[in-house]
Amino acid sequence: MISILDYGIGNCRAFAHIYHSLGIDYTLASLPEHLHPGQHIILPGVGAFDSALTRLKSSGMYSKLDSLVREKLVKVLGVCVGMQMMAEGSEEGQIEGLGWIPGFVRHFSSSSNSCERILPHMGWNDIQPATSTPLFSNISDPYFYFLHSYVFHPADPFHVLAHSCYPNPFAAAVSYNNVIGVQFHPEKSHHSGVQLLKNFSTF
Amino acid sequence: MLRPRIIPFLTISKGLLVKTTKFRHPKYIGDPLNVIRIFNEKQVDELIIADISATPNRLGPDYTLLSAIASECRMPLAYCGGITTPDEVEKVIQLGFEKIGISTALHSNPSLIEQSASRVGSQSIVSVIDVKKAALSGRHQVFTHSATKNTGLTPLQAASLAQECGAGEILLSSIDRDGTLAGYDHNLISSLADNLRLPLSVLGGCGSLQDIIDIFSRFGLIGCVASSLFIFKGKHKAVLPQYPAEDVKIKLLATYASRTIIV
Repeated sequence: MISILDYGIGNCRAFAHIYHSLGIDYTLASLPEHLHPGQHIILPGVGAFDSALTRLKSSGMYSKLDSLVREKLVKVLGVCVGMQMMAEGSEEGQIEGLGWIPGFVRHFSSSSNSCERILPHMGWNDIQPATSTPLFSNISDPYFYFLHSYVFHPADPFHVLAHSCYPNPFAAAVSYNNVIGVQFHPEKSHHSGVQLLKNFSTF
Repeated sequence: MLRPRIIPFLTISKGLLVKTTKFRHPKYIGDPLNVIRIFNEKQVDELIIADISATPNRLGPDYTLLSAIASECRMPLAYCGGITTPDEVEKVIQLGFEKIGISTALHSNPSLIEQSASRVGSQSIVSVIDVKKAALSGRHQVFTHSATKNTGLTPLQAASLAQECGAGEILLSSIDRDGTLAGYDHNLISSLADNLRLPLSVLGGCGSLQDIIDIFSRFGLIGCVASSLFIFKGKHKAVLPQYPAEDVKIKLLATYASRTIIV
């Protein structure tokens, strides 16, 4: 069972539509009692870091979600700002992150080796999986839709699941124990994205 | 490698899909949801929905329609039309749109871009710059209210203002070329392309895939937006939603990858 976290931000219905067409059970979770240890949780996110986190923390689901992820090791997939929220913090905001993955979110221009480039990083880019993770199974030509100006820097490079380049490598996907984050939008990435969401459901 | 984008542009008026010429004479095309389902299958890079009946009639976004569109779409979505408040911006983003286009409000209320960007992030705010050659001077000027009001600004002045206010993308649209299939206005595009630090997308006049190749090879990383090309087929303009297949697209993108910079 997939539980799509509906806290007023982002593309819950786009995820729901995809899981519906795949014939995979899903639910939109908007109350703490909708969340259970047996689920795989999707944490969508668009917008600014602080406003997305504020909404999540005031949704009533935050403490249940946090304990499921930390104590019950429920598998969770953060998408875009949903991924960035999993860090300890971000240059974009003041509020403390969820702290599920050790690391920090920085602006593209403040990463090392920065050079002149157009921001935000917008459009379709290919990714290079760093390991043979099942998240990217059956995706022959992995390229996805990105729309962001901030980048996740995991404290341990070992936690990078896939890189992309713009023009220097950055973390396109990260993972730490039961927590996975993707910077791109699988729900808006056609067949590759649908396959990735299917892969997550069988983790 | 980040790819240049090829983007269909759909105009809706009072809930129906229409196509204009030079921003006038809307012609009925069909039901927007049917066309979106076809574009899903064709795996388009992005889709822009513009409600041309919103601003002239002082209407806000049609949330019911936008919600139906967003849940149907498996591709990135942008919406423009009648946005006047940050609340409206936030609400459309929450429906599942990635980007919101702001045109008229850049001039009447520039703080809207700034306030909206702080709520939903700069990456989701597109400044739409509609340009027409002024009748007397022959110079490119920025117009609003569906091409009826001249702001007196040049495209570069408007784009710079949008950039300062925190927009994350510029959509540069030629009113003169709308629906003409006469090719993109390269002079207009070059006036912005070399002077921006934001992603640029261009609209107006695209009549063939060769027009897209010409833009990719000259301007590189850019979004080519087109309407008629992806909606009509043949000289009698039969309605047939279409989009380059993956193998054709790869050939188009190769022209970008191998481009030489023309000064």
